[in-house]
Amino acid sequence: MLQLTSVDAGYSGFQALFDVSLEVRAGEAVAVIGPNGAGKTTLMRVISGLIRPTRGTILLEGADLLRTPAHRILELGIAHVPENRRLFARMTVEDNLRMGAFIPSARVKFRERLASVYELFPRLRERRRQAAGTLSGGEQQMCAIGRAMMSEPKLLLLDEPSAGLAPVIVQQVFGLVERLRASGLTVLIVEQNVRQVLHVVDRAYLLEAGTVRSSGTADELLRSDTINQAYLGI
Amino acid sequence: MTGRVYWMGAAAVLIGLPFVYHDPYPLHIMVLILIWSFVYTSWSVMGRFGLVSLGHGGFMGIGAYVTALLWNYQHTTPWLGIPLAMLAAVAVALLIGYPCFRFRITGHYFALLTLALSAIVLQIITATRDITGGSLGYTPERYNGGSSIYAVQFLDKETWYLVALAIWGAGLLIRYAVDRGMLRYALEAIVEDEDAAAAAGVHVTVEKLKVTVLSAAMTAFAGAIYGQYQMFISPDTVSGISVSLQMVFAAVVGGIYVPLGPTVGAAITILLTETLRISFGTAAIGWDNLVYGVLLVLFIIFLPQGLLGSVLAGITAARAKTA
Amino acid sequence: MFGIFDVYLLEAVINGILLGGVFALLALGLNLVFGVIDVVWICYAELIMLGMYGMYFLYVAYHVPFVLAALISIAGVGALGGLLHVLVIQPLLGTAPINQLLATGGVLFFLQSAATVMFGIDFRNLGIRLPVLELSGMYISYARLLAFAAALIGMVALYLFLARSYTGAAIRAVAQDRQIMPLMGVDTRRIYITTSLIAGGLAGLAACLLVLQYDVQPFVGLTFAPITFLICVLGGLGDMIGGFVAAFLFAEIISVAGLYLDLEWGYVFAFGFFVVLMFFRPQGLLARRR
Repeated sequence: MLQLTSVDAGYSGFQALFDVSLEVRAGEAVAVIGPNGAGKTTLMRVISGLIRPTRGTILLEGADLLRTPAHRILELGIAHVPENRRLFARMTVEDNLRMGAFIPSARVKFRERLASVYELFPRLRERRRQAAGTLSGGEQQMCAIGRAMMSEPKLLLLDEPSAGLAPVIVQQVFGLVERLRASGLTVLIVEQNVRQVLHVVDRAYLLEAGTVRSSGTADELLRSDTINQAYLGI
Repeated sequence: MTGRVYWMGAAAVLIGLPFVYHDPYPLHIMVLILIWSFVYTSWSVMGRFGLVSLGHGGFMGIGAYVTALLWNYQHTTPWLGIPLAMLAAVAVALLIGYPCFRFRITGHYFALLTLALSAIVLQIITATRDITGGSLGYTPERYNGGSSIYAVQFLDKETWYLVALAIWGAGLLIRYAVDRGMLRYALEAIVEDEDAAAAAGVHVTVEKLKVTVLSAAMTAFAGAIYGQYQMFISPDTVSGISVSLQMVFAAVVGGIYVPLGPTVGAAITILLTETLRISFGTAAIGWDNLVYGVLLVLFIIFLPQGLLGSVLAGITAARAKTA
Repeated sequence: MFGIFDVYLLEAVINGILLGGVFALLALGLNLVFGVIDVVWICYAELIMLGMYGMYFLYVAYHVPFVLAALISIAGVGALGGLLHVLVIQPLLGTAPINQLLATGGVLFFLQSAATVMFGIDFRNLGIRLPVLELSGMYISYARLLAFAAALIGMVALYLFLARSYTGAAIRAVAQDRQIMPLMGVDTRRIYITTSLIAGGLAGLAACLLVLQYDVQPFVGLTFAPITFLICVLGGLGDMIGGFVAAFLFAEIISVAGLYLDLEWGYVFAFGFFVVLMFFRPQGLLARRR
């Protein structure tokens, strides 16, 4: 479904991604793991259009994403849950979800989408009139994911969803990812929490210093020595 | 070496001018250009460090009115009156500046606050119309037939020209000194990263206040001198929002970061007004500001370094290429 | 004797509220633009001035009924707001914030002079004399009452728009987190233009109200621009609720002080109060750290 080929990208002054190629097939859950500063967030931003690559191609179901302006990419079906949630803190939970349904195709179905998101996250319904900034970390993550789900995306980009959350909540988040995947959603998830994420995805890429060092199925990586030594402390 | 010769030559021409050329009208224009150049240079002392004040009209008004009022009511000679006026301006600068800098108010807030400041000064001048004459203006009394060093009043344009030239030169010297002194490095560090500068031991508030006080005092001085020259002051010519914006405009058009920039700006604005006035007479009312307004917008969008600044940058770039 | 005193004071207080309503409307437009686009329109009062001229010509020269003229003016000034953004602000977005400020300063000069050149410096008046109501010994100007009501309706309408519509939600969202707006499918450029149109419309509404109470001349903007800026700064730039409160506070001070001193001194007093407040809360009355 999503194909990146030889992508270079960076910020004014320095390059963050070097010749990155990856692929996400429909219905898969793929993880991108790697240390801090490896370029994982940059990768997400390149896919959702916040940053333009300096080289390479990005295809979504065969269509060239690079021709699409950033604010049109959601319409194509890619929803990005940014690092640190980035909720609109002073707006209510329901308003945040409303923003997730801003695009015309989602607006028409607002009521039903809202209902299904509330079903997915009953806690959000309880707190729907509360300012998003007053929610706990875990609830905020749910709200952020819920907001992305409002537009019924084909591909969900999750940028470090477990960051800053208590272990119990982290488990809930990964449980959620599994449920989403089971319902047929394609997921690309960037994570530092290597062990847990490898248990919920099909495949993973290891990104270090802006390049893809290795890739394979989740099992392969779980068994690989490099991963075990560098990231799992074994 | 040749640079020096050019400067000395230019200085000689400027100083010698009134001895050779006696036509009062061009001399009058030159005096205006010199005085306003000083005003704009005073503003740029602050403005070049990003402390963009939209309220310097207030300082100019304080300078002009305090001096004139002390003269007319208390018969205080301007030799004493002007320093007192400068002191008043400095007091106001500290009053507004201290809370602003202490609480890190910059950018929009600062600009708006200073804008309101000049408006307040205008309001006070208008409200005290019994003393100041309000919007009708105020005239310092003539002393000794209008020619007296004691009263800082001179009848002939030649004398005023030399006085204005000296003041303008002093303004440039001050600007050069600020550009070369420790104050500049401190302030540039502050502009770049206030927290880092503070951590490095720069007393942010004090440095900002220093440059603000200097700028205010200079502007007040200019206001007083302007009053002495024109022998007539009114709230809208020496204070208020229009004057404040005029200062910004001239400095931006001429080039804020270059010492001679404001002078270029003054020359342009005054010559423009005079040309329009001569060519179109009363039909020209309003056209000068119209042109200024459009020019300001165009300059900010296309030439933010100003005329002189861009020219100099162009020269430096050309030299770098041939080097 | 005490009774008479009370009546004058009450009248001043009520007039203060009425005045506050219009001030609040003025501050609203400025705060909207700053909160969303992060730009200050120094020339905001000049937009109002043009709206007032529009009202004058429509009503006096072309005999257009007042309400229709008002609607046309609101739309017209709204369009000017959008034009201002596209021509002047947009090219400067991303450069030093001071540039946008200065550029709108240039527009201020331009608009004042354009008005001078086109209409001359004569004072014009709509010539509408609205009655003065008498309520138990107090004299309340009908024009002021009308202005207050219209301002209130305008503000409520804006509130509803911001709170209930998608675009309104997007406008509020942009003010909080500009960078992720594309992820919501929102084109920030469009939002900025919409906001500018609305702010212009608010200026147009203010013009319709002010034209009933003030003479029209090219520099009429200088009368209420400083106070508007002070109110916005006091309430916290971009903070619409803060601006709302500050507007009424200022209006009351001016009105009540004007009871005991000359009207102008009322303004000076208010400004002085402002300076004092700056020492205590320089970020503004209700300012929330952005």
